[in-house]
Amino acid sequence: MDFLRPASWEEALAAKAEHPAAVPIAGGTDVMVEINFDHRRPEYLLDLTRIGDLYEWEVGEDSVRLGASVPYTRIMENLRTELPGLALASHTVASPQIRNRGGVGGNLGTASPAGDAHPALLAAGAEVEAESAARGTRLIPIDAFYTGVKRNALQPDELIRAVHVKKADGPQQFSKVGTRNAMVIAVCAFGLALHPHTRTVRTGIGSAAPTPVRATTAEEFLNAALEEGGFWDNGKIITPSVAKQFADLCSAACNPIDDVRGTASYRRHAVGVLARRTLTWTWESYRGTHRATEGAA
Amino acid sequence: MRVNLTVNGRPQEADDVWEGESLLYVLRERLGLPGSKNACEQGECGSCTVRLDGVPVCSCLVAAGQAEGRDVVTVEGLADFARQRDGGGCASGACGGTGLDEAKAWQAGGTDSQTGEGTGLSPIQQAFIDAGAVQCGFCTPGLLVAADEMLERNPTPSDADIREALSGNLCRCTGYEKIMDAVRLAAARQGGAV
Repeated sequence: MDFLRPASWEEALAAKAEHPAAVPIAGGTDVMVEINFDHRRPEYLLDLTRIGDLYEWEVGEDSVRLGASVPYTRIMENLRTELPGLALASHTVASPQIRNRGGVGGNLGTASPAGDAHPALLAAGAEVEAESAARGTRLIPIDAFYTGVKRNALQPDELIRAVHVKKADGPQQFSKVGTRNAMVIAVCAFGLALHPHTRTVRTGIGSAAPTPVRATTAEEFLNAALEEGGFWDNGKIITPSVAKQFADLCSAACNPIDDVRGTASYRRHAVGVLARRTLTWTWESYRGTHRATEGAA
Repeated sequence: MRVNLTVNGRPQEADDVWEGESLLYVLRERLGLPGSKNACEQGECGSCTVRLDGVPVCSCLVAAGQAEGRDVVTVEGLADFARQRDGGGCASGACGGTGLDEAKAWQAGGTDSQTGEGTGLSPIQQAFIDAGAVQCGFCTPGLLVAADEMLERNPTPSDADIREALSGNLCRCTGYEKIMDAVRLAAARQGGAV
């Protein structure tokens, strides 16, 4: 094994171009587990922790450009206003020690369906900034990023530099099912964002399909129902039958498996419950009832 | 490969380090610092918690090469670290010289800032003993490092703050109640309440 230690982003891209099989390592919270357990013996480890740019973020007009290695702790502390869904999701990642090291770039690189950041990114709307020495930068829409179980749209010579996440224009929520509050891999998870400017709702489902997915049919149903009932203007409570139908359609968007953490049918059921709850929480918040929306994970 | 790093204020050099090796392995097997414990090796248990450039991390998930040039504090250095933080010393070297009384009181032997032998205890260590928060002791080093860091950031933690700060440290003996007591005690002593 070789340990590559680029001092700059350009050096990192050059190293990845030269050794496409090199495994990038930043927080190490996924990669080191695989190495410690002998599940993986990469020929090259590409250490990204010396590249300061990856630990920075910029708040722009419409989106936040979040460096791939910004630790979850920083997201929780500094981006709660701009990225409330992602901040909530970050707070449910493992433990303080892990949140001090891990970042969204790792979640995206690993592309596990159970990664906590994915539902929030899907719901908020995001683009992954990938770069290669040969072809430069491209932005991959988050909907096109996850291509299979632990597979993503990155080319072998590409690295994730940042993720551009849309700033919240309305309430967002994230909820996760697990056996305890800390140190838990999601049995399933759900992210929901209201976008009052476009009068749309976006969702993200984690751990209930081969990849993180949006419940697009449920979103379309809800968008139409909210529009038809004039809900965005009159701010009425969402009709229980609408909420139920939305929840059922979210369950139907799942394609889960039975595993040690839960059965497929439990996951499908739980995603429906999370969908209804997060819809209620965000909608109550939109209606301005000032209901507490934090700590609901 | 060779890894140079600072551990508990002392420059260290580890040779023949395998590229996939963890910082925990380097600390325990190459530098003779077995205080940080090796249990789950997957970041679940927190027993290997150390400060890396001040930040609590699971040292089992830090690749040795990532610690190159970095500053590490382990449980062995916790007492010295706490003493310096509390003004009993100078970590930065910017506070100029040793006082006459301090110099007169100096004596050789008995202390080892590397292993922690004979260096006395940090307030959090004393609180763990006084509150009976140590049973088998395996989780204790990680809990001490994590709790000490929380009290540095948050001198008046609520119970919820303590639980959250220690949520990455598993203890299978105590049921956590005595550990909670110990951290509350350390916080109260730090604030001068007891």
